[in-house]
Amino acid sequence: MTAATQATAADERVSRQSTLTRVLRRPEVGALVAAVAVFVFFAVQTEVFATANGASTWLRSASTIGIMAVAVAMLMIGGEFDLSAGAMTGFTGLAVGVMTTHWGLPIWLAILISLLLALALGVANGVMVIRTGLPSFIVTLGTFFVLQGVDVALTKAITGDVAIQGMSLVPQYDQPHAVFGSALDVNGGSLYVSVLWWIVVTAVATWVLLRTRAGNWIFAVGGAQTSSRQVGVPVARTKIALFCTTAGAGWLVGMLLLFTTSTVQSNTGIGQEFIYIICAVVGGCLLTGGYGSAVGAALGALIYGMTNQGIVYAGWDNNWLKAFLGVMLLLAVLLNEWVRKRAELAR
Amino acid sequence: MSETLIEVRDIGKRYGNVIALSGVTTSVHAGEVTCVLGDNGAGKSTFIKILAGAHPHSDGELVVDGEPRHFTSPRDAQALGIATVYQDLAVVPLMPVWRNFFLGQEPTKGWGPLRRLDRETMKRTTSTELAAMGIDLRDVDQPIGTLSGGERQCVAIARAVYFGARVLILDEPTAALGVKQSGVVLKYIARARERGLGVVFITHNPHHAYPVGDRFMLLRRGRSMGDFPKSDLTLDELTAMMAGGAELEALSHELTAELGQDSEVAQTMSQDVKVLDT
Ligand SMILES: Nc1ncnc2c1ncn2[C@@H]1O[C@H](COP(=O)(O)OP(=O)(O)O)[C@@H](O)[C@H]1O
Ligand SMILES: [Mg+2]
Repeated sequence: MTAATQATAADERVSRQSTLTRVLRRPEVGALVAAVAVFVFFAVQTEVFATANGASTWLRSASTIGIMAVAVAMLMIGGEFDLSAGAMTGFTGLAVGVMTTHWGLPIWLAILISLLLALALGVANGVMVIRTGLPSFIVTLGTFFVLQGVDVALTKAITGDVAIQGMSLVPQYDQPHAVFGSALDVNGGSLYVSVLWWIVVTAVATWVLLRTRAGNWIFAVGGAQTSSRQVGVPVARTKIALFCTTAGAGWLVGMLLLFTTSTVQSNTGIGQEFIYIICAVVGGCLLTGGYGSAVGAALGALIYGMTNQGIVYAGWDNNWLKAFLGVMLLLAVLLNEWVRKRAELAR
Repeated sequence: MSETLIEVRDIGKRYGNVIALSGVTTSVHAGEVTCVLGDNGAGKSTFIKILAGAHPHSDGELVVDGEPRHFTSPRDAQALGIATVYQDLAVVPLMPVWRNFFLGQEPTKGWGPLRRLDRETMKRTTSTELAAMGIDLRDVDQPIGTLSGGERQCVAIARAVYFGARVLILDEPTAALGVKQSGVVLKYIARARERGLGVVFITHNPHHAYPVGDRFMLLRRGRSMGDFPKSDLTLDELTAMMAGGAELEALSHELTAELGQDSEVAQTMSQDVKVLDT
């Protein structure tokens, strides 16, 4: 009886809270507003930006960055970083290229082996971080340099080249090409299959984060690791799975790059690792973990993709992209910090 | 007398050659609150870590449900329904109350890739369980970090009760709280007792312990100063034992530092402290 009356009273107080405040408290809101602004800006400033043809270019560049940003965001929510994520995209693509063009392995087998290699590296990253208790920033910086060295040196040693050649001549190339590299003709523009992958990855990540036990654990280990352990959350397992997720995403993007362009450079993905982190932060992820969203990270990547291409269409100096990224990052960090304070402070 | 859940006989704990606790005897009964009192460094945390399974005891006997036990991990204690709410509460501040409530033991529905959190059940249960403990939350969706210290403490208690605790160990739940908030927490301790739980309430404040306690065990410098049922002890006596001991001890230390160990006054003082100790 008393409980029932109390519950009603509580409901009344909730409804008095402004719905606007609740919406504004979502982590991805800032990125959504910024994405709309960037789109409108370049749509007005340039002729091609808002055409089907123009959009296919920036969507494609946003898609591969976006897949990585979503995986990196999940890892960051879990309280860790993966600086090897960029080099991983090159590594997996190169691995398939070398195994097929130089060693003559069947293409699907090569793809599978490259996935297993990526996952093994993900496990290695995770186990090293958990076992040593060192910051993942340092551990994966190590993995990053190893991968970078392997990508460049080993590719050169085996192929004598800095890129994979003759990929499209590999038997059954058409099959993975259809899965990872094809494009649909939409209204005179091309809708690359990577964009669909990006949407699927974002949707699955959102589902996992918000609707599953694993998602609950990801937020928990990033937000308060000791507390999580005390209530029985499998901390090590959750974190290792997250490192596997970024590695797996690196593999997917590696395949998308390889089969869209039918080649991959030995330095592919190097230098991109910070772009992923920036996209995740612009999308509302806290650098300290425990807070963020997959949709936000995807929007962060969309902003990056649009700006990257918009600057080209507008005929500006490409270096403005860096300045813009810096401003976005600072604004996002300030906004996130403000949101976090509001969420943590007692009312 | 009600069912005895835990009996502790002459229990002790050594860390290497440091004797953190020795000769402690008390008991925990269903529907009763056992208070453990003592100053900082008295051994309170050491004592509850033994009950909670965080550290095994090195001397004496720990009897749960009539059977001698030697816990080697917190899981051993949890399996017997002994739940501990530590001072940091084991909550994740940025997560909503309902997610925190079920963290680590989330109910799911569906199967395979569609296996998902049963959000409705989680939210509803959180509301009703908190209401049953008399906690009136605006909204279970708010981050737990936005709750007051007392409310957070209460959520942690309600969670332990919901997940089948028979014995609830609370490590200084009122230490960081103001008068009013402390009152709220004391009310929930009384509620938990009414629900038939055995509560072990650690505090250094006799004014918090006395109103809710049924039994008082006083610790000083790792030794028990006795284990008293409420009928044997008035609030004044309890306060005197706590304050008297602490003040004398502090004074004795001060004097020793000031006058040197051999001075007559300091020696008499430390004699007095020893007498109180036994
Ligand atoms: N792990 C440990 N190793 C060595 N000594 C310890 C350890 N834990 C506690 N002690 C000692 O045991 C004594 C009691 O500490 P504790 O139980 O934390 O007291 P309280 O919780 O009452 O403040 C202190 O003197 C402390 O220094
Ligand atoms: Mg203590």
